Formats: sequence, structure tokens, C-alpha cells
Amino acid sequence: MSAERRLTYSQAIHEALAQEMARDPAVFVMGQGVDDFKGCYGTTRDLARDFPGRCFDTPLSEEGMTGVAIGAAMVGMRPVHTHIRMDFVLLAVNQLLNIAAKARYMYGGAVSVPLVVRGVIGRSWGQGAQHSQACYPIFMHTPGIKVVAPTTPYDAKGLMIQAIRDDDPVLFVEHRMLHFQRGHVPEESFAVPFGRARVLAEGHHLTLVAISHMAVEAMRAAALLAAQGISAEVIDPVTLAPLDLDTIVASARRTGHLLVVDHDWTFAGAAAEVIAGVVERLGAEAGAVRMQRMGLAPVTCPTAPNLERLFYPNPQSIAAAAFSLVGGGGSWTPEWMDAPEIVEFKGPF
Amino acid sequence: MHAALFRQLYRIRRTEEEIARIYPSDKIKSPVHLSIGQEFVAVGVAAALEPGDAAFGTYRGHALYLAMGGSLDRMMAELYGKATGCAGGKGGSMHLVAPEVGFYGASAVVGTTIPHAVGCALAHSLRGSDRVAVSMFGDGAVEEGVFWESLNFAVVRRLPVLFVCENNFFAIHSSLQRRQPATSITERVQGFGLPTRCIGSGDVLELVDASREAVAAVRRGEGPRFLEVHAYRWKEHVGPNEDWGAGYRAEGDAAPWWANDPVRRLGESLPASERAAIEAAVEAEIAAAIDFAEQSPWPAAEALFADVWAGAESVT
Repeated sequence: MSAERRLTYSQAIHEALAQEMARDPAVFVMGQGVDDFKGCYGTTRDLARDFPGRCFDTPLSEEGMTGVAIGAAMVGMRPVHTHIRMDFVLLAVNQLLNIAAKARYMYGGAVSVPLVVRGVIGRSWGQGAQHSQACYPIFMHTPGIKVVAPTTPYDAKGLMIQAIRDDDPVLFVEHRMLHFQRGHVPEESFAVPFGRARVLAEGHHLTLVAISHMAVEAMRAAALLAAQGISAEVIDPVTLAPLDLDTIVASARRTGHLLVVDHDWTFAGAAAEVIAGVVERLGAEAGAVRMQRMGLAPVTCPTAPNLERLFYPNPQSIAAAAFSLVGGGGSWTPEWMDAPEIVEFKGPF
Repeated sequence: MHAALFRQLYRIRRTEEEIARIYPSDKIKSPVHLSIGQEFVAVGVAAALEPGDAAFGTYRGHALYLAMGGSLDRMMAELYGKATGCAGGKGGSMHLVAPEVGFYGASAVVGTTIPHAVGCALAHSLRGSDRVAVSMFGDGAVEEGVFWESLNFAVVRRLPVLFVCENNFFAIHSSLQRRQPATSITERVQGFGLPTRCIGSGDVLELVDASREAVAAVRRGEGPRFLEVHAYRWKEHVGPNEDWGAGYRAEGDAAPWWANDPVRRLGESLPASERAAIEAAVEAEIAAAIDFAEQSPWPAAEALFADVWAGAESVT
């Protein structure tokens, strides 16, 4: 019975929050609009009713409210601070990187900041320059803050529970287009440990590492490649810091080809970090593995649909890059494959 | 009460004078922002607090750390960068911390700890506790957006927090008049609709009374309060020296504060024998703390990697 239980990614996060709030009175949820009728895409719906005083709206003061969450965490609470767009988290970088990430270290272990910050990556329907950013590499760079970007509803629930219980600050990266994804989610409470990548599909010609919603697109690309006789192993890193290089290195060594598909820009980014880590681990063997990264076009996110389509990697471009990387002969232009969650999304938010 | 206050004031004044004396030896491996002349602010406010209350301060934080009851030995060792320091030698003068006495860590980035006090007050509120949180910051912090954000939320939620602005009229070398409007800080804060008070006398006893009144109201659940306390920094912004020749302020401006020095005035109000006993005990304590710092070991090399994460994990 439990094996057939399917939830959306949003429902999985909601269930994780509700279960943790029921388990631990120190857990509370705050953020702009978390107690309104939409409940942050359903992820916080009715929590204010079910847990009085523990799910509340905040003023539009991202730095201040992040500091408030940090202060509460320092004295033993476990706040979950929600931002409906990752772009707004940039207003809180001072608190997150100067305090949350550093407090344990610069206070000699005397202070913990068990804080979860949820940042939602927007996409499609013209989200544009400041409603679509992923921003996670900024946080991956700094010691002391963990960064997770689950793709499946199962991992969304298990990692939210793990993030809440973790004594370090955690940036929980969600993708608006993932909120609609359905998948198996057990009803009972469970935690997914940090630092373990998930192999979404096994394969032997090529390793496709894809972050957040790009993992969904990479699975579509893998289907296109399969029709060409190319077997792609698709790996979702699940957590970016800590990063499970072992799984990625083992796969790349076996397939001899590694394509990392990022949901952010490639320069000084997450894909660059994955490839650098793999090269260092492989040492002299690195020459035997062909590697490539792809990500957003190195421009600001546009709103015109035709430009937006060119801005993001898609199943077609991922498959074409993979085909070329494995040395597929001749020219092959994969068919365009629509992402239903993107086509169907009509906003406004 | 006078004897206890004098002991606190004298202990902080003499500790920092000793820091200034030692500093040229380069034994202290950390920038120091001395509170000499301003000690009475931390002492006056801390005197109004009870066990379980919390304070959040700034990089000019020796006075608040000590006034809250932080260990002098561990503070001195922290300045020396020793393993026995309150942050294991990894935080330095600007990141003193003593959660065991409710002092939750100082920050070098102006204004950053203000919302932490509000968050602590939020935790008290959610738990139904009657504990109080104090945020201490300087006049420069009022120029940071996060101060107003924190004040706004505290007022909206009627949180048990006391804001204390320690106004010494300078942000490094920039005068208040060049940085802020002519209206006073207190006047601007009043627009948020919370009770405020400004103490310009430099009188520690007046500050103790005002702090007690404010803390009691906050503890009764009447919402946040704001105190502005005028003070004057006698030393340079950072470091052990005076800087009257630097051109950004006049020595004459300090004269009223010297004449009104609360450490001296309170000391003179005590019987000579009582005062002498306090001074002797404090001098011995400071000497022991310096000895403790000097004798303590450096952090082990492994400490470089300790306390980045709660667990044993590494990100790579």
C-alpha cells in the first residue's frame, strides 16, 4: 500500500513540515505569505491553523527576518524561513554567509544555527531576470552552510526532515516546476541523509549529472538518447554541499563520458565544481573521461518565450550535447520534447 | 549597588587599559576596539538583567561580554588567540561569546546582531517565557536597514526586546552630523510607536534606573523599548592609542566626559577601604587572566577544521 502512495513535490514538503512541527515544538515556519490561502504553493497550507503561532507571515525584510530566524535558532528554535523566490534570498546574504555559516566556527563551537532557508527557483511564463535565479553556487562556496536541491518528491520530504533536524544552516533549493512532479512518498516520517547522490536511471555510455529541475529534463534527454542506442546514466546530486563525488566519479569512470547539466550559469558554478572534483579524484585517469558542462546561457534571464526557450538547457540540447560527447557519428538533431509542467504553467506565480 | 557597579566599571576599564598596555608587544593577535570611556553603557544595562536574559553586541564588545558575566580568563585568552579562549582562539576580540551567561556572540559587521536579539525575543515569545533580550549597537548601526527592519518586526509582534543605541557620535572617523539627519536617533525611532528614552548625562545610576524600568516593562509583555545612551570613545576606533591629533575630532570635546568619568565618580562615592579592596581584587584577577592567556597553548592544528559543521562531515 505504502509503495503506491504518490504525492506531489509540494505535498511532500507540506507533509515533512507538518510532521516535524508535530514532532518538535521548536520547529516553526515563517516567511512572506506562508499563512495565506495559497500557502506557498500549498507547501504551508493550513499549518497556521494546525500549529497556532508557529506558521506566520513576515514583513518584507529579508535581511532582518533572516537575522530573526538566526537569533531564534541560536537559542534552540528550529526555524524554516521560506522565500517564494530565490532572488529574494540575495537580500539576506549578509546574515546567511556572515553569521549563519560562520557562527559555529567563529564562536568556537559555542553557538549553533539550526536554520532551514527555502528558496524557490522560478521558471517559465516570463519569470525573467529577478524571479528565476538559482543562486545556489553563491552558498556552496562558503564553508558552514549546506545546500540541498532535491528533485523527487521522496527526496523533498526526506531532505526537508533532515534539514530541519540538522544542527547546521541549510539552504533548501526548490524549483517551481518541480512542485507539480508526482512520485512515491511514504507517509511515515523519514530522513534522507545529506551527501548521497541518487541514480535516477542506470546506463553505460554516458553519465548525465543534472541539478534540480534539470534532472527531469535530463531524464527526457536520456529517453531521446535511448532511441539512438545511447544508454545514459542519470545522476541527481540531491545535495550540492556536501557533494557526493564518489557516486559521480564511479559512474564517470565506468561510462567514460560525463555531462553535467546545471540549472545556473556555468562560469564559476556548480557544474564547474563537479567537473573539477571529478578531475582531481581521477588524477591520471582523468584523460580517459570526456567531460563537458552545460547550463544557462551566459546572459540575464529573458521573458520572451522564444528567448526563454533558448536560455535554458532542454531535452533536445542536452541530448545533442551528450550525443556529440560520446562521439555519435553524423549529425543528429533530436526531436523537440515539451516539458508538460512548463507548457501547462500559466502563472501568474 | 554602588560597590557592585564600581567593581564592574573598574574591572572593564582596567582590563582594557591592560590590553592597551600589552598591545604593542604583539602578544594580542586580534584587532581591538576598546570601550574605554563607554563602559558604563554595558554595565548600566546589564545591571537590569536577570539570569536567563540574553544580550547581543558588537565588535566593540569587551564591556558587554564582561558586564554580562563572561569569563575574564577566557576573554583574555581569546584576544591572545589561545585554545582556552571563549571561542577557542578562532574568533578574536570581535567575536566574543559566552552563551552560558546569555551573551550570544558579537559580530564585526555593523548592525548584524540586532535581528538576533529580536529572534531570541521571538523564541521567548513562542515559548511563553518571560525572558528578555537586549540588543546593543552603536549610532552607525542606525544607518543600516536591518536596524529598522528589526525594530519594525519587534514592534509589530510586541516582542520582549530592549534596543540600546550606544551613541558615541562617530563611525570610525565620520561624525554623526555628516551621516544622519539633524533629528535625533530617538526622535526617528519614536515614529514606530514604542516608548523611548535618551540618556545624555553619562550617569551610570540614571542608566541603571532607566534600564530597570524598561526591562521590567518589556518583561511584563508591554513590547519593545528603546534607549539611546550618549557616550564618548576615548581611544582611537581600533587599537590602543589616542588619536586627538588625527583631525576628525577635538580633544576639547572629550573634556566633559573626562570630568564626568563614571568610573572615577562612582569610585569616589565609596568608602576608601571598600574601594581599595575592590581595586586590589580586580587587579589580581586581571593579572591572573593575563597570566592565564600567556600560559595557555595555541589551538592544535586540528582545530583549523573543527566546528565548521555540527557533525564530522566535510563538503568535499
